[in-house]
Amino acid sequence: MSNYNNHNQRSFFFNVDWVTVFLFLALCTIGWFNIHAAVYDEKHPSIIDMSTVYGKQFIYIMVGIVVGMVILLLESRFLAALSPVFYAITTLLLMVVLVIGKNVGGNQAWINMGGGFRLQPSEFAKFSTCLLLARYLSSVNVKVTELKSFAIVAGIILVPMLLIKLQPDDGSTLVFCSLIFVLYREGLSPYFLVTIAAIIILFITSQLYNEYYIMGIIVAIASLIAYLNKRNRQTMFKVLVAAVACIGFVLVAKPIYNHGLKQHQRARIDVVLGITSDTRGVGYNQNQSKIAIGSGRLWGKGYLKGTQTKYAFVPEQSTDFIFCTVGEEWGFAGSVVVLGLYLFLLLRIIFIAERQRAPFTRIYGYGVASIIFFHVIINIAMAIGVMPVIGIPLPLISYGGSSLLSFTILLFVLIKLDSNRMGII
Amino acid sequence: MNKFFERRYVVTGIFIALILTLLGRLYYIQIVDDRYAIYATKNVIRNFIVYPARGPILDRNGKILVQNEPIYDIMVTPKDVKPFDTLEFCKMIGIDKAGFDKRWIKAMKYSPTKESAFEKQVPASIFASLQEKMGDFPGFYILPRTVRSYPDSVAAQFLGYIGEAQDRDIERSKGYYRLGDYIGVTGVEKAYENVLRGQRGVKSMMVDSRGVQKGSFANGAFDTVARTGERLTSSLDIELQKLGEQLMHNKLGSIVAIEPSSGEILAYVSSPTYDPNLMVGRERGNNAAKMYNDPYKPFFIRPIQAQYPPGSSFKPLSALIALQEGIISPSETYYCTGHYRAGNRLVPCNHGEAHGSVNMSRAVAESCNGYFSMVFQRILERTGAKYTEAAFTKWRANVLKFGLGTRLDLDMPAESRGNVPTPLHYDNVYKKGGWRASTVISLAIGQGELLATPLQLANLECTIANKGFFYKPHLIKAIGTENVIKEEYTKRNYVGIDSQYFEPVIDGMQAVVENGTARRSKIPGIIMCGKTGTAQNPRGEDNSVFVAFAPRENPKIAIAVIVENSGEGAHWAAPIASFIVEKYLKGKVTPRESGFTVDYFANANRMPDLALYAMDLKKERMRDSIRAARADSIKKFKADSVKKAARLKTAANNKPGGWGSLLAGRGAGK
Repeated sequence: MSNYNNHNQRSFFFNVDWVTVFLFLALCTIGWFNIHAAVYDEKHPSIIDMSTVYGKQFIYIMVGIVVGMVILLLESRFLAALSPVFYAITTLLLMVVLVIGKNVGGNQAWINMGGGFRLQPSEFAKFSTCLLLARYLSSVNVKVTELKSFAIVAGIILVPMLLIKLQPDDGSTLVFCSLIFVLYREGLSPYFLVTIAAIIILFITSQLYNEYYIMGIIVAIASLIAYLNKRNRQTMFKVLVAAVACIGFVLVAKPIYNHGLKQHQRARIDVVLGITSDTRGVGYNQNQSKIAIGSGRLWGKGYLKGTQTKYAFVPEQSTDFIFCTVGEEWGFAGSVVVLGLYLFLLLRIIFIAERQRAPFTRIYGYGVASIIFFHVIINIAMAIGVMPVIGIPLPLISYGGSSLLSFTILLFVLIKLDSNRMGII
Repeated sequence: MNKFFERRYVVTGIFIALILTLLGRLYYIQIVDDRYAIYATKNVIRNFIVYPARGPILDRNGKILVQNEPIYDIMVTPKDVKPFDTLEFCKMIGIDKAGFDKRWIKAMKYSPTKESAFEKQVPASIFASLQEKMGDFPGFYILPRTVRSYPDSVAAQFLGYIGEAQDRDIERSKGYYRLGDYIGVTGVEKAYENVLRGQRGVKSMMVDSRGVQKGSFANGAFDTVARTGERLTSSLDIELQKLGEQLMHNKLGSIVAIEPSSGEILAYVSSPTYDPNLMVGRERGNNAAKMYNDPYKPFFIRPIQAQYPPGSSFKPLSALIALQEGIISPSETYYCTGHYRAGNRLVPCNHGEAHGSVNMSRAVAESCNGYFSMVFQRILERTGAKYTEAAFTKWRANVLKFGLGTRLDLDMPAESRGNVPTPLHYDNVYKKGGWRASTVISLAIGQGELLATPLQLANLECTIANKGFFYKPHLIKAIGTENVIKEEYTKRNYVGIDSQYFEPVIDGMQAVVENGTARRSKIPGIIMCGKTGTAQNPRGEDNSVFVAFAPRENPKIAIAVIVENSGEGAHWAAPIASFIVEKYLKGKVTPRESGFTVDYFANANRMPDLALYAMDLKKERMRDSIRAARADSIKKFKADSVKKAARLKTAANNKPGGWGSLLAGRGAGK
């Protein structure tokens, strides 16, 4: 054991998962170049110019690398032990931001740090929630299938969600839903996943089609399953309950949609569902984004040669719509590379999570994977117009210090915990 | 390992499935669907029209009638403006602070990022000093443009003017013209619009999302160059034209002079005229309104739009037709008693004094009404009084061959026809067969319903000068630097009179100037053949008419001069014509033996009473507005009925089941 500790002290690169580090650096570099292209201006052609956003992003990447190394220096035990403290700090910051926060684009999400830098607490809340969740779920005698444990787990997730919802940053709020994958992995009934899938499908279809048709289809499917299981009364009962629940949901879906959502949310969803087409107003952003990506064809238009990108047709292109630059200047090839890197990263994280002895690291790893996965899917789906506009960044690629730093911390904490995979936390 | 280990595959599966779904969608929009590439191109490329300079117009000797003069628009892009010395800037372009603010707000309102005109049409004098200082005013720049400019301020009615294209021009051009484009509105600018306007170029530029230009697309590979309009060489002689306008100053009327051997119009004077430079620049609108409301109508193109009774200037034509038809011989004499009795009408001659015995030449020289009435009656009654109509129709056809009563197809818009009455006209006025030679006898002396434009009268003289044919009169001699001449202008138009019949008539016309009515207009050293006329004018005094050609052998110029409300042809029109002829043939003018000088005519004021014309103008404007209103309502009615028909048609097409299903269809549409 002492030998092991000596080894650890000798180099903080001991047992580091270089594949993940490589993926991290690759994505950051891709991000930096694409931000450069997105805001490219003939008057400031240099890629390292601190007055520009890509100049700033360069600083953030450097800061991120330093922070990552600092994390590698920390004790794993220390990270687990302090998780309630991190959680408390971010929760406090989420409260503070509601009072003294700076309102940008309708969301009161930023705390002014001076010097032109702003802190977005919701980005860091993802990390602390993940960490605390891992800590709680990994404690002895906690089973997510038990009501009490489940209630506490729900509480850990819902507190930051509610606070972020008050900003009201819908995108970041929804990110926490992705933690359902963690709970599922730790034993939550698969019915939760099925129920969520059913809710999404029924919600969308009931906006598009006559609700009586949908109900008819539900009844037909239910009858078929019931018929196939006619001997099994219990199954038949379950099917009956599910069918009634589905029909009930279909009946309330439209009123929820019409009264529960805000005007701008409905408008964005209508555009995606093709109910309305408004390429000058609400739909402008997505339409231009689709044009940018679609016009890239196979090989793209080339670095700094995307006309949609260069001539600023897509608003927010360096942040939420950064994927436009990838699609336009690097084409389908670039899309495949970027999505491939993400998929590789996700699979690597799951691989890392599953090789742990300690449940803490495994749970935390799944949390990291879920959050990254959710960001990637929602962000790109939004950019190509298959999902409504939800403002969340593309991990490590989008411009933004808070976002970059929080993903860096998420990843490097995992790398740190993983480097200690032989130990017990 | 825990018991939920296998769930990692479910999670992994979901991750992979959703990422592949996104890739599938990306494959579709990036590779399969090629619309987006087109949209992206459309987004970023704007085609800008490059306007060519309009073609210049020269006179027959190569002197410039119209050219393009540079003017300068000061453009501004508000976003690029940095603090500068406003006071100095204002002083330079001659505006005050309030004026500056007004223009600034206007530019900001238009767009802070796009350029717009800050001050339009700054003359070259200001430009020179401004250009040096332009560096001190970031955000402003100077856009050179051109406007029409007329160095000698002559021939306004010939040149016409250009103006912004109206809706109907745009419609008629099928979208060639756009709002704000310039188009020829009248005169040669309109008639030769297609040649003068040149060929527009297109420049493909890339713009950003706010429409700001970002440089040329594909290095200009798809651009086309603007081609300057063709140069036109007019047939006018600018010196002659100037003299004509000078002589006609303060008079109503017209001068048309034509070269008989080519049909080229040498002078094309319409009086009152105006300075064509008034129709250019910042004051154009005010000037145009003032002239439009001028009762003497400077925009009225008298050489081709004014229609006058030719009066005695018609007599040579009567004589020629009679000779060709064998009605009379040149030597046959007629005894004039001072009156001619046709039926119960009495045509007075020579103020009631008898000419005595006259042959054809003398009749022309002394303008004997009796002789020509006799000739005309013989023409109409040669197959008996009962067949007047047939004879009249034949006579009319002969007259029409000379280009009277019909458009001469001048290369200018808005030409009038003149009038040679038809038998039908008399049938309507009297009744079928209810008129005889005596009824229409006033035609014999160029009165009655006969009307001719100055151009037609000058063309008639060309025909006499050429002894039997004319070339189509025209104002544009040659097109382009290669001097292309239209083929139709090289063709002789014969009028059906054999050349030998012209001698006695020309003898008479020579005598008119040598010792006849126009003797005081005799040009020393030049034999001019002419004919005076004094035609009735419903508004006040008679019109003074003179037609002529000169010299007698190998004629170089044929001319018609009309001075409205000025009495006898000999007093006003003839001397004016003689100066023009002399100027053209000798290159200078000399005082007449009779004491007439150019200055005398140039200074004489023969403007008729304004009240008569003002009243006419009022009536005309009212008639115009009624006509416009009527045309509008007709148009609307037509449009409505077209719509109605279309509606019925679609209804019928969509609903083959008839009215029942039509109603059903309407129910479903709710």
